[in-house]
Amino acid sequence: MANILELENLSKYFTTTGGGAFSRRKGVVKAVDGVNLTVAEGETVGLVGESGCGKTTVGRTVIKLYEPTAGKIIFEGEDITKYSRSKMKPLRSKMQMIFQDPFASLNPRKTVGSIIQSAFDIHDVKPVGGSEKEIGNLLERVGLNPEHINRFPHEFSGGQRQRIGIARALALKPKLIVADEPVSALDVSIQAQVVNLLDDLQEELKLSYLFIAHDLSVVQHISDRVVVMYLGKVMEEATTQDLFTNPRHPYTKALLSAVPIPDPIIERKRERIILKGDLPSPMNPPSGCVFNTRCWKATDICRTTAPQVLQISPKHSLACHFPE
Amino acid sequence: MKPFLEVKDLSVAFPTPDGLVKAADGISFELNQGETLAIVGESGSGKSVTNLAIMGLHNRAKTQISGSVNINLPDRSIDVISSTEDEVRKLRGSAISMIFQDPMSSLHPYYSVGDQISEAWRIYNKGSKSDGIKRATEMIDLVGIPDAAKRVREFPHQFSGGMRQRVMIAMALVNNPKLIIADEPTTALDVTVQSQIIQLLRDMQKEFNMAILLVTHDLGVVAEVADRVCVMYAGKIVEQAKVDEIYYRPAQPYTVGLLQSIPRVDQLQGKRLNAIQGQPPSLINLPKGCSFAERCEFKKHVAGNLCTEVAPALEEKADQHFARCHLSAAQIQDLAMAAK
Repeated sequence: MANILELENLSKYFTTTGGGAFSRRKGVVKAVDGVNLTVAEGETVGLVGESGCGKTTVGRTVIKLYEPTAGKIIFEGEDITKYSRSKMKPLRSKMQMIFQDPFASLNPRKTVGSIIQSAFDIHDVKPVGGSEKEIGNLLERVGLNPEHINRFPHEFSGGQRQRIGIARALALKPKLIVADEPVSALDVSIQAQVVNLLDDLQEELKLSYLFIAHDLSVVQHISDRVVVMYLGKVMEEATTQDLFTNPRHPYTKALLSAVPIPDPIIERKRERIILKGDLPSPMNPPSGCVFNTRCWKATDICRTTAPQVLQISPKHSLACHFPE
Repeated sequence: MKPFLEVKDLSVAFPTPDGLVKAADGISFELNQGETLAIVGESGSGKSVTNLAIMGLHNRAKTQISGSVNINLPDRSIDVISSTEDEVRKLRGSAISMIFQDPMSSLHPYYSVGDQISEAWRIYNKGSKSDGIKRATEMIDLVGIPDAAKRVREFPHQFSGGMRQRVMIAMALVNNPKLIIADEPTTALDVTVQSQIIQLLRDMQKEFNMAILLVTHDLGVVAEVADRVCVMYAGKIVEQAKVDEIYYRPAQPYTVGLLQSIPRVDQLQGKRLNAIQGQPPSLINLPKGCSFAERCEFKKHVAGNLCTEVAPALEEKADQHFARCHLSAAQIQDLAMAAK
């Protein structure tokens, strides 16, 4: 299958003023550093990692909310890295985003209808049968009552608002959806509803997802392939089956072992790998392998030399000197 | 011996312009020393409201509270609900203390962590400031923050999220409490840090034989730490039992639904999740019958309109296993197996 999205060596650095508010000394945060990633048509790629690992920055750079510092973004075979805003505009209808917080991402002063309508207005789209009918269809498609078209966001619950966000993203018939933590703000029972909805929509509309999340159980459920990031770099990438049954990078292993399993007997028997310390500051990442400060296998080479990407099978690669 | 904490028929309601919000209704449970009780439920199910009532933290002028919350100390027994503010204040931070969800907003940015940790200790022990800092340093060391002597003088912004949560734990433990109420203590943290904090809480519990009341929505964390579980829905306890009973022999359709709706990291499953349809009812206008009836998949197996007409009582379905449902435990287990 053709790749709808390819990232080649993508980097995004942010500059900061160091120290006090008036200091001119500039620091650099390497939020994303040399990431390679592909999403095939109709595929769901899960992007996981802890806070500050750069997963959200990858998502935002892909749809060019951020300008990449280096590397390439190839969308449907077209190199869009250097595209200007006006050149991006027609492409934007093909790539849409679903945001994490359904409370902050909908304008409280606009009705559901006009929130979705604005997608048509911006891209000058005139849906067949009129936009009102199309909005009704969209609302129905995501499991909302089409009669609620004139309601305001505050009249909906969290799960329903997330459905509005999904309807808005679908309005322009996109091919790629970047979903940034789309279910983490929702209650457990509502989470499952939204995950199922995303699954159904993908099947029906042949969507590709870049699914960004920290919850490994949800990622495992929804993804075909998974990419694990740590401090701006890709640690391991594999098919979901491979990654969850046979993780080879120590970080992936630790991450998986930290996820509690809702099964008391299994939990009592489980041996956890408990990582020492916290995530180092991305302002000042460790030299060599970025994971070396928390890794139980780290030796001198890990502290001095960044590991090369090791392709251990056609769909399984990792960056580690001492794979498990 | 009496259990350390006895909650009996606790109800908390808030009058609002739209009507009375019955946030917690007829809550009863007990908690012993050294035991961990988890309260599980979704937002608005009443779990935090119950905890705040146990701590006596509701504004009495604006809240209607009934029932009793007995704290049984070795020398005396205190009912938090009927005691005066002063009596309850003497309990807080000494015999019972609390760990909040968000370590970012629960620490004061202007005071050093040493000052904040020692504050409660100095109040109860009448210690000097330097004694307080000494005690805070011990505590910081105890909760596994390296370089305690230096860190004690630092401010919250100099700590990471996980380290701040350790500071919160140090603060809660400074007077050797008998009961810790932990309200979503790891929700704001990353998984690798979450497992560190859970480990720390368990070590502390073992060392000081504390009772822990853990409030969470994460059924994975519950499976890991709880001895017993209360499942709450729309302000009521709908099921209460030992942890294994809840996970392997759930006797209430909501619990069944919750357990089946979560994906598991150790099980690859391609199929759809078994989501619970609909959403929780409004607490102002609760349905006449069972609060869960509208979303219940098993309702069709109950004769007539029983579910929508009569609210089921909390019954003992098996030994020490309580649930609210018109169906029997065996019926629910059969239906749960079939739904899988």
